Amino acid sequence: MKKIEAIIREEKLDAVRAALQNSGYYGITVSEVSGHGREGGLILQWRVGEYKVDFLPKLKVELVVLDEDVARTLNAITSAARTGEMGDGKIFVLPVENAVRVRTGEEGDNAI
Amino acid sequence: MSINAADTAWLLVSSALVMLMTPGVALFYGGMVRRKNLLSTMMMSFAILGLVSLLWVLYGYSLSFGPDKGGIIGGLDFIGLRTVGQEPSSVYATTVPHLAFMAFEAMFAIITVALVTGAVVERMKFSAFIVFSTLWLTIVYCPVAHWVWGSGGWLARLGVLDFAGGTVVHINAGASALALAWLLGPRRGYREKEPMEPNNIPMVVLGAALLWFGWFGFNAGSALTSGGLAASAFVATNTAAATAAFTWMLLSWIHRRPSLLGAATGAVVGLVAITPAAGFVSPVMGIPIGIGAAVACYYAMLLRARKMGVDESLDVWACHGIGGTWGALATGLFASVAVNAAGANGLIFGNAMQLGKQLLGVAVVWVFAFAATWVLGKIVDVTMGLRVNATEETVGLDISQHGERAYGGMLR
Repeated sequence: MKKIEAIIREEKLDAVRAALQNSGYYGITVSEVSGHGREGGLILQWRVGEYKVDFLPKLKVELVVLDEDVARTLNAITSAARTGEMGDGKIFVLPVENAVRVRTGEEGDNAI
Repeated sequence: MSINAADTAWLLVSSALVMLMTPGVALFYGGMVRRKNLLSTMMMSFAILGLVSLLWVLYGYSLSFGPDKGGIIGGLDFIGLRTVGQEPSSVYATTVPHLAFMAFEAMFAIITVALVTGAVVERMKFSAFIVFSTLWLTIVYCPVAHWVWGSGGWLARLGVLDFAGGTVVHINAGASALALAWLLGPRRGYREKEPMEPNNIPMVVLGAALLWFGWFGFNAGSALTSGGLAASAFVATNTAAATAAFTWMLLSWIHRRPSLLGAATGAVVGLVAITPAAGFVSPVMGIPIGIGAAVACYYAMLLRARKMGVDESLDVWACHGIGGTWGALATGLFASVAVNAAGANGLIFGNAMQLGKQLLGVAVVWVFAFAATWVLGKIVDVTMGLRVNATEETVGLDISQHGERAYGGMLR
């Protein structure tokens, strides 16, 4: 099992979710996060003059997949979330020790 | 004189309208601070509604409007509202119950103290704020109100015109705000240019809208009668607010994008500037007064932020000090006895003297308010300290001063 954490643009959530469903993964967790990569911040206006916000709003999509599905899932997310501009986000893959389905108590791959 | 029912109804409604402006200020200021200081900012205005209402009834009204003592201050005859009753006063608003006039003036005192809070948000200790506000009302507001509006007040006798509070309310608050912000020092992170992001601009806009609404009572109510003069001041007020809101929006557009925070600020500075003039100028003069207010306050704000090095956090000085100054001088330019026989002609109607009188009123209130506030602030600083400590400031004043926070926990 691998955990996939994808930081994506807010406006790409629907596309990413559709792509994941097409590859058979229905369960995801989404949270609102702030941060920045290499792109510049956001310039906003105060009553006079401007100020820069370094942290930009992004979404973090998390899901756990079977080892053999990792490449396919990464592909699905990357192609759905990409615009080609800076700020498209980043995906991390982490090992997962176990998983438990709360309703049935099933463990491991069966719980995904 | 006997009581006039229409005048009384209008003045009571106007008093209620002006009361609503102080919660308006709470929203206007509250939306502009960081989230961790939202409640503390609103609390300052709300606490003032309580504190100043009380002080006004006890002695504030008497010091401001009691029988004149040498043009400087009112006597103590009205302490605890003694002899202020259902019958009209013999000198003020002689067609309404004396109590109605007293209540109307109470609302002006309240909002003036509330306006000053914009200078000290996010770092002033609440206990020090309460003590300072008590001193400030007594030693700064009451005398200035007497000089300009009191029967026998020395600026009134010299012929300084201030229909609804350009000097008494706005210059007074603006000059005091600047002095107090200087004493208090900048917020932590201000010099390092940390973004002090407004937490809720819709709240600012709602606050500005309530101010605009309440200002009809402020200015048109200051006619103290419900006739033509009230209507004239009403239209002048709306015209100036609208013009300044639109002008500020254009200024922000020239520099970057049409800003809602800018338009809301513009409305407020337009209202500030028309305040001293509302019942002395023809309503269409709201247009030049509104344009002048937006331009003057916009560049004053830029100057304050970039050159003056003082964290006068919500620009009370630039909005109220400069807006009030422009309004007071504009009264000396555009006033006409055809609008209000109790007023005077201004420069464009051939009376250059009036501009000189207005300049005197402006200068006196500027100097007195700034100097007296500096001294009072210094006294509070030395005796009890003006600021919260570094940890309390970092945590935010909502939690450190009030033990509350604006938005509840993670779940629900």
